[in-house]
Amino acid sequence: MTTVDAFSTDPADAVPHTPAAAAGDRLNGTPPRTPGAELPEHPEFLWDNPEPKKSYDVVVIGGGGHGLATAHYLAKNHGITNVAVLEKGWLAGGNTARNTTLIRSNYLWDESAAIYEHSLKLWEGLEDDLGYPILFSQRGVLNLAHTLQDVRDSVRRVEANVLNGVDAEWLEPDEVRKVCPIVNTSTDIRYPVLGATYQPRAGIAKHDYVAWGFARRVNEAGIDIIQDCEVTGFVRDGNRVTGVRTTRGDIACGKVALAAAGSTSVLTDMLGLRVPIQSHPLQALVSELLEPVHPTIVMSNAVHVYVSQAHKGELVMGAGVDSYNGYGQRGAFHIIERQMAAAVELFPVFARAHLLRTWGGIVDTTPDASPIVGRTPYDNVFLNCGWGTGGFKATPGVGWVFADTVANDTPHPYAAPFSLDRFVTGRLVDEHGAAAVAH
Amino acid sequence: MQMIRCPWCGPREEVEFHYGGQAHVPYPAEPAALSDEEWAHYVFFRDNTRGVFAERWSHSAGCRKWFNALRDTVSYRFLAVYRPGDPRPVLDGSDQTQHQTHHQKAGASS
Ligand SMILES: Cc1cc2nc3c(=O)[nH]c(=O)nc-3n(C[C@H](O)[C@H](O)[C@H](O)COP(=O)(O)OP(=O)(O)OC[C@H]3O[C@@H](n4cnc5c(N)ncnc54)[C@H](O)[C@@H]3O)c2cc1C
Ligand SMILES: [Zn+2]
Repeated sequence: MTTVDAFSTDPADAVPHTPAAAAGDRLNGTPPRTPGAELPEHPEFLWDNPEPKKSYDVVVIGGGGHGLATAHYLAKNHGITNVAVLEKGWLAGGNTARNTTLIRSNYLWDESAAIYEHSLKLWEGLEDDLGYPILFSQRGVLNLAHTLQDVRDSVRRVEANVLNGVDAEWLEPDEVRKVCPIVNTSTDIRYPVLGATYQPRAGIAKHDYVAWGFARRVNEAGIDIIQDCEVTGFVRDGNRVTGVRTTRGDIACGKVALAAAGSTSVLTDMLGLRVPIQSHPLQALVSELLEPVHPTIVMSNAVHVYVSQAHKGELVMGAGVDSYNGYGQRGAFHIIERQMAAAVELFPVFARAHLLRTWGGIVDTTPDASPIVGRTPYDNVFLNCGWGTGGFKATPGVGWVFADTVANDTPHPYAAPFSLDRFVTGRLVDEHGAAAVAH
Repeated sequence: MQMIRCPWCGPREEVEFHYGGQAHVPYPAEPAALSDEEWAHYVFFRDNTRGVFAERWSHSAGCRKWFNALRDTVSYRFLAVYRPGDPRPVLDGSDQTQHQTHHQKAGASS
């Protein structure tokens, strides 16, 4: 009997799949068929793996989303392409690979609304800019209110958002139910849902694709992406850094742009520069694949969990950081347990879902839950860090703003409020209230 | 779950404890003499060590006393616990975790 590979359109595949035939092929000089040989070719590599050059105009430290986006906009907006992105591990294997991809801009303060909304607008055109699918899905976010104080804070935030041109609405419980029927809105639970803020333009995206899309563009622009290259020291000359020491040799540089997220302090310690950052483990988890049941994103500060459903069907959940400082890219299981309890309280329908996988990243938290972007006491070293639990959404926005800051040696207007010296002047941008489960 | 040894109560589960951040940060001796910059560093800036870190813990669901610990921030392993006022213990080499190689030594808790 002769079988033909039903999935192949290649006539050469229309050969008998029998051992005898395979042996015959061997005798005829054609190689035997291997099971799986009909699988498609691997796609083209999206970026190269060059050897580091001796010197660059700009060295970006950290090949996560922020470092890649910064390199992209250095090339695209400023024509600066003699750039290296140095990554100690593999491309986008840090928080970029580990985050839960919530994208929103409904922050309280003007300074935050400006930079996060700038970012959200860039997300809305990013697929075209990168020429790469990123599965950006604007399914909206509900931030639930469970107490009278929650309600007041939420309504205030909605009004602030509207004044800043950020789409935001206040929803009563019956309206919450319409947006997300599976949320438990009954009145007899420990933390009844008294309403929610709603940002319809919020969404999720496919984090790997985002990083790969940026990497491909960066590579096309002639920028070197150098993986497996850890920065281990700096060569200093007075107020300037003239080069970086790496596990792949010394590299001279005109400017240094730090985008090392959770490992920032390790680098700033080498520079003798103190930053008000504490690195914490932050965990997340997914369930097994389920039918689509959850149409939006739901966050709750009081019950302390947030949930979305990924394109493939996993429920994606996260909550707050593990309490202690940690660089281990993992956390404690009791944190996960608490998160699951919260999720089941809000979504009784999840009670029988199975936990498939948990993981952790290292997040760089600041005292006011806002990032640090701008200049340093060194003339040519620039800082981007402190995005903590919520910097994925900022990826294109901060890439744009940080590239501008590096190119012009002066903080972009959206970066200016997030300077390091705000901790001395006291002009904090306190976003703790905006979302305690800040993602 | 990780067991943490309270210096007064002995080993208890991690959920009984509350984290207090970096240890040995004294209140400024002459507060009125501090510049804004020095105040900022006292209030907002703390070490963020990758490796052995001296930090404060409170046995909040037990005896409610505060104590200090040396803990490795990569392996999360507690290397020593000691009472407030006691000096930071000096670890002998066997307690140290090698970060460069991500190699963890067995049985190094104190
Ligand atoms: C579990 C979890 C859930 C999250 N959920 C959300 C969310 O829903 N929404 C949201 O907006 N944000 C979220 N975040 C936060 C977000 O992931 C981060 O703020 C953001 O990814 C940080 O920027 P980055 O992408 O550049 O970081 P990273 O991807 O961590 O990139 C930093 C890179 O620097 C490299 N590096 C460090 N030190 C060196 C060195 N010495 N030399 C060379 N390279 C170095 C690292 O290897 C790493 O690849 C979450 C984070 C975690 C961990
Ligand atoms: Zn005790």
